[in-house]
Amino acid sequence: MLDFSFLKLILFTYTFNFGVPLMDKTIKESIKELAKKMRIKIIKMLYTAGSGHPGGSLSCVEILAYLFSQKIKRTRENAFDEDRHRFVLSKGHGVPAVYALFSEIGILKEEELYQLRKVGSPLQGHPDRVKFPYIEVSTGSLGQGLSVAIGMAMGAKLKNADYTIYCLCSDGELQQGQMWEALMAGPKFNLDNLIVFLDYNKIQLDGWVDRIMPVEPVKDKIASFNWELYEIDGHDLEQIDKVFSKMKRNNGKPKFIICHTIKGKGISFMENDVEWHGVAPKKEDAQKALEELEES
Amino acid sequence: MGKPTRASFGEALVELGEKNKKIVALDADLSRSVKTAAFAEKFPERFFEIGIAESNMVGVAAGLALSGFIPFCASFAAFVAGRFETIRMSVAYCQANVKIVGTHCGLGIGEDGNSQMGLEDLSIMRSLPGMVVIQPVDHVETKQAVAFAVQHQGPVYLRLTRQDVEDVNPRDYSFQFGKGVVLKKGKDIVLFATGALVYHTLEAALSLEKEGINAEVINIHTLKPIDNDLVIQKAKEFKRIMTLEDHNIIGGLGSAVAEVLSENEPVKIKRIGVMDVFGESGSPDELYQKYGFDKEGIMKSIKAFMKS
Repeated sequence: MLDFSFLKLILFTYTFNFGVPLMDKTIKESIKELAKKMRIKIIKMLYTAGSGHPGGSLSCVEILAYLFSQKIKRTRENAFDEDRHRFVLSKGHGVPAVYALFSEIGILKEEELYQLRKVGSPLQGHPDRVKFPYIEVSTGSLGQGLSVAIGMAMGAKLKNADYTIYCLCSDGELQQGQMWEALMAGPKFNLDNLIVFLDYNKIQLDGWVDRIMPVEPVKDKIASFNWELYEIDGHDLEQIDKVFSKMKRNNGKPKFIICHTIKGKGISFMENDVEWHGVAPKKEDAQKALEELEES
Repeated sequence: MGKPTRASFGEALVELGEKNKKIVALDADLSRSVKTAAFAEKFPERFFEIGIAESNMVGVAAGLALSGFIPFCASFAAFVAGRFETIRMSVAYCQANVKIVGTHCGLGIGEDGNSQMGLEDLSIMRSLPGMVVIQPVDHVETKQAVAFAVQHQGPVYLRLTRQDVEDVNPRDYSFQFGKGVVLKKGKDIVLFATGALVYHTLEAALSLEKEGINAEVINIHTLKPIDNDLVIQKAKEFKRIMTLEDHNIIGGLGSAVAEVLSENEPVKIKRIGVMDVFGESGSPDELYQKYGFDKEGIMKSIKAFMKS
């Protein structure tokens, strides 16, 4: 049996270096810096709040930093424009990452961040679009955001508007029946204006996803539901960028990007540790985490 | 001759859809039963068949509402209200302008039996902050209630019948959101009824005149917000209050009236409804007879209450 795998490597190298333009170095550095600042704020917020979800907030930082800086380009001024791009955080428990991002792009003041989870604060523990209108959809009850995003994508088509709907889901959400109802509907309505990111960090509250209730083979499942499928490292900005250069807008197909990520990414003692799904760091751990982030 | 309120809803939706291009309809494989089929035929680009997936239908409706449309998502009351968690989060908590339509409510659906009977929907929909809950009584009221739902900014739950209902309102009737409607004046007892039971209650009250009982009949079409002022005022006028509904005795009209009166004007209340049991198969008439919802059954209940 001849091994042709070297050909794949050549092909990969070719595509990577010549087929698609590489991401601009300055842009890449600026997103990396944004991601780092978001992580620092996530830790500070959760420490101050005394509760929350560090693991799943940290795993989606690069996806959010890339999306909001390069694609959605959200500002305080354009946040309510009729033709703005929409973002639905279906995994609502990851909202500290969004709040941190919003403070970096001038929507929230830093001191407002530390009102997270406090009585009377617009920054609820899970996103609330009524109390904090910069959020598009109130979520936190898992498995619902994709349906709403589909409705928004259908609405955009009906209006002949050309904005894009982005939706960020978690792997645990794939255990919800409503997700599969929604996954059936996306292709039926030819929603090529919908891009779904799966923050596939492999861990949920009670343990590893493949032990709680296996969702694999995710790729085969989603592909068989007729989505335009991509699979990338969700922390690799160049891979995220490359996916966007490959996606075709007007082909009638909704896009689904499996982003392999690391729960607790960026803080060594939180990475891949089930214990950090839903527990906020205490003072000592928060200090350790911040030192590590500052040095990174 | 009356018709089912679901049919009046279907007519209204087409008429309103003609004028208002923001109206869209979503279906979970029941458009011929819930009467959105005519809208689908007339405005195919504004009709979305979601399949037998009510949770997704509700969520998609929320997304359309947040994009500026006025979605009506209709199914049997049991099925659509059964997707409570999606309604709670994606519709009510989001303050999404979604109109949820539950048809085939109560024992009145008949032969299909309990699995298809919405008997708990009023109770759970009433428990959601910001949710308006309306059960229109006849053709003219249903058409105006649908028009109201279109112009009302916020989530609305409309409860409709499978079976024919007789007209109780005059042709020149004007729907007043949140206001009870006095259909017959009386002095001995006041009967608050809603939905299909209003007509039977009216019949019973008219028959009781001959037996010397003079009952007042009030149609409560808006269950949330309930007409506090009217309910309190009537409690002051009458010593006896009765509520009548084709719904579980827990959480519907009887509960709403009791909630108001126990805090404002305590008075004896007799609640008529489905006595916390599941429904069953049978013809609508037979079931109404068995559960005391027909004219004779209601007369019997009133007489017993008057003696108590």
